[in-house]
Amino acid sequence: MRLRLVPNETRIDFFRYAKVTFGGSLIAMLLSLVLWLTMGLNFGIDFRGGTTIRTESTQAVDVGVYRSALQPLNLGDVTITEVFDPTFGDERNVAMVRIQAQEDQESVSAQTISDVEAALQTVDPSITFPSVESVGPKVSGELIRTAFIAVGAAMILILIYIWLRFEWQFSVGAVAALFHDVIVTIGVFSLLQIRFDLATIAALLTIIGYSINDTVVIFDRVRENLRKYKKMPLRDLLNLSTNETLSRTVMTSGTTLLALLPLLIFGGDVIRGFVFAIFWGVIIGTYSTVYVAKNIVLMLGVKRDWSKPDANQGNQFANVDA
Amino acid sequence: MLDIPLWKRVVIWGLVALGLMLALPNLFYERVEAHNDAVQAIEQQGATPERLTAAESWPDWMPSGLVNLGLDLRGGAHLLAEVHLEDVYADRLDGFWPEVRDALRDEREVVGTIRRQPSPGSELRVQISRAEGMPRALEVVRDLARPIVSLTGVGGSDIAVAGQGDELVVTLSEDEQRATDERTLRQSLEIIRRRVDEVGTREPTIQRQGDDRILIQVPGIGSAEELKNLIGTTARLTFHPVVGRTGDPDAPVEGRNVVHPSMDEPGTYYILEPSPVVSGEELVDAQPSFDQNGRPAVSFRFNPQGARRFGDYTAENIGSPFAIVLDEEVISAPVIQSHIPGGSGIITGQFTVEESTQLAVLLRAGALPAEMTFLEERTIGPELGQDSIDAGRIAALVALGAVLLFMALSYGLFGIIADVALLLNIALIFGVLSAIGATLTLPGIAGIVLTIGMAVDANVLVFERIREEMKSARGPARAIQLGYERALSAIIDANLTTFLIAAILFILGSGPVRGFAVTLAIGLITSVFTAVYVTRVIIVMWFERRRPRTLEV
Repeated sequence: MRLRLVPNETRIDFFRYAKVTFGGSLIAMLLSLVLWLTMGLNFGIDFRGGTTIRTESTQAVDVGVYRSALQPLNLGDVTITEVFDPTFGDERNVAMVRIQAQEDQESVSAQTISDVEAALQTVDPSITFPSVESVGPKVSGELIRTAFIAVGAAMILILIYIWLRFEWQFSVGAVAALFHDVIVTIGVFSLLQIRFDLATIAALLTIIGYSINDTVVIFDRVRENLRKYKKMPLRDLLNLSTNETLSRTVMTSGTTLLALLPLLIFGGDVIRGFVFAIFWGVIIGTYSTVYVAKNIVLMLGVKRDWSKPDANQGNQFANVDA
Repeated sequence: MLDIPLWKRVVIWGLVALGLMLALPNLFYERVEAHNDAVQAIEQQGATPERLTAAESWPDWMPSGLVNLGLDLRGGAHLLAEVHLEDVYADRLDGFWPEVRDALRDEREVVGTIRRQPSPGSELRVQISRAEGMPRALEVVRDLARPIVSLTGVGGSDIAVAGQGDELVVTLSEDEQRATDERTLRQSLEIIRRRVDEVGTREPTIQRQGDDRILIQVPGIGSAEELKNLIGTTARLTFHPVVGRTGDPDAPVEGRNVVHPSMDEPGTYYILEPSPVVSGEELVDAQPSFDQNGRPAVSFRFNPQGARRFGDYTAENIGSPFAIVLDEEVISAPVIQSHIPGGSGIITGQFTVEESTQLAVLLRAGALPAEMTFLEERTIGPELGQDSIDAGRIAALVALGAVLLFMALSYGLFGIIADVALLLNIALIFGVLSAIGATLTLPGIAGIVLTIGMAVDANVLVFERIREEMKSARGPARAIQLGYERALSAIIDANLTTFLIAAILFILGSGPVRGFAVTLAIGLITSVFTAVYVTRVIIVMWFERRRPRTLEV
């Protein structure tokens, strides 16, 4: 008895609800953009400068008490959030204190940090500071720029690569799907106000990598079928290719999610945002492969006379197989 | 049809064995680490019985490379420093001034009297009283320029001279600025390295970033603050003749004399002559010690030139005070009691033992050529790092177990073969990471977990393909062969695109993100190797033995 996520033979028409799925994707992207513009992203210090101090204590965290302890220091915008994690237990109470970048300072001064630590120690003597990170505004500006360049460069490289390996229609479809994944993921980060930092950018790039992986496998099959079934309408051919690879698509997404899930649960709060982004990205990447990339290819149409030079020889692959 | 030549089998199994050998030390992390430390200590400081025992705890013929743990896993401090390269221009131009002065004085009839004008550090401005003498003045000063050899042009000179009305403006030429920048940064790197080494921590990373930045990562140090104290101090030690004492920091001074605050007496300032008698560059040694009253102090020794100058100066100025200045602060200003001939002395001040020890370290390592500001600093406590390792380990094991089970349930015997390949893959990742001395970071662990999930992808592709080929019923051997052949194009495309991403992450990313890129890229390569080649050899070996009529994929 074998485990089967997908029946052996499927004949799903992936374009049947194209208006709903493709339209839904468009709406999701629009919503994400609106969210991004209105609610903004919860940038970590990597991108906006400042200091985060992680506190750990055996006493329960009282955000109000922490806040009033820091009030006299006049640090401007201070955010204090309690961190919850299933692995902590009662004895470990963790909070993150974020201090904005101070005026005309490259990096928060050592004095400020020790003042903050001293102030917190007076309200909670058992408090410790497992990590202190400080990024100056100059670097954070550069980090944002590099991050955008990285995501942009990744897309352009993939556009070129797919264009070389396939046809330009595929390349546009693949990159549109990637764009969709990235925008919708940013929308989710904005909606849930999850911290957006350098690791999130790495996660976005990983999502791009994963999603393209998925898309390429289907495209590869489409290319093969284009040679095999010269007369089949493009719509049917795309459906056939997706159905043929569906089992693999679901298996791979399944194993990847299966591997990521324990990391999401037990991996600790330090990388939870990062893992969440990848986890979400695998889901959205799989979706976009099936419902976004192919629709664009269908819309753009594909040149069908692939093997014109040896048209009278018949199927190229038939010779190889014989 | 399924034949794989013997040499290929040997190469494949050989690579697997090599990877396993390289990965093995990581299973005995502490023992191997102790061994490596001991071997290094024996090389540098000689053998002791404890070191020999530690060194023998791991056989020499075994590989002993380990995966380095990143700061986020081991704990430590991270600093990104920017070096103020322009500081050095001012020094260079200051040093140039006496030459310019002397050269123009010789031409007094033409250029008139000369006076140095206040100016930003990057230029030297000299006013001449006869503006019509400017062409001659320019000519004279240009003659002082020295040719420099640089990558961009042979025959350029080190200074650029221009006339603005009655003022002569001397700046460093662009080539010279580039050369100076390069030198400054290299010196800064070298001195930071020496200072960090003096404290003796394990595997610090000190590397240049961009044109004017230095990245410093020191595992195991308590905090970024501690590290900053160690490397953030310029530690320029100079000995100046004292002109006077004042309570006013803005006291008017004659000529180019300078006013520096006292370190121990707040509100007291010393007026000093600008050029030092001797400076820290001429020190050959500095050690923490105690003065005759038992207070912490630093004793030092000059090289012969420094000793001679110091001796001459003390002989000529008995009874007058001189100032010991560290980074524009006067540590102390004792009165010279007698001629000090031997070139050694002692610096006293209100030090604690730690401060005197640190000052000695700084003086021994030498002064930084320019000041630095810190753009980024991070401290990660060792407990937090250990927590992350533990969490990552549990998560990775659970993830691995789940994927192994899932594959076995889905593909039966073939699934188990894929599982073997997956386990080998993880071992190979660690093997390669150890061999190239890469650093494992927390996102790196996530990268490995992601690889666990994605590594089976290639096998899934192959197995699904074999299933399909079985439908065309050309017999199992043929199906296996076609399955591998036809899935290959998709596997290569899929992995190459992901590899592109990893490359971008590596080039543009920093720190932990880079660690993630490295594990991801290595994971891709090893997973293609294990999923395509290793499983194929195993399947072929199984097939040759059993010769099944149908395949249960």
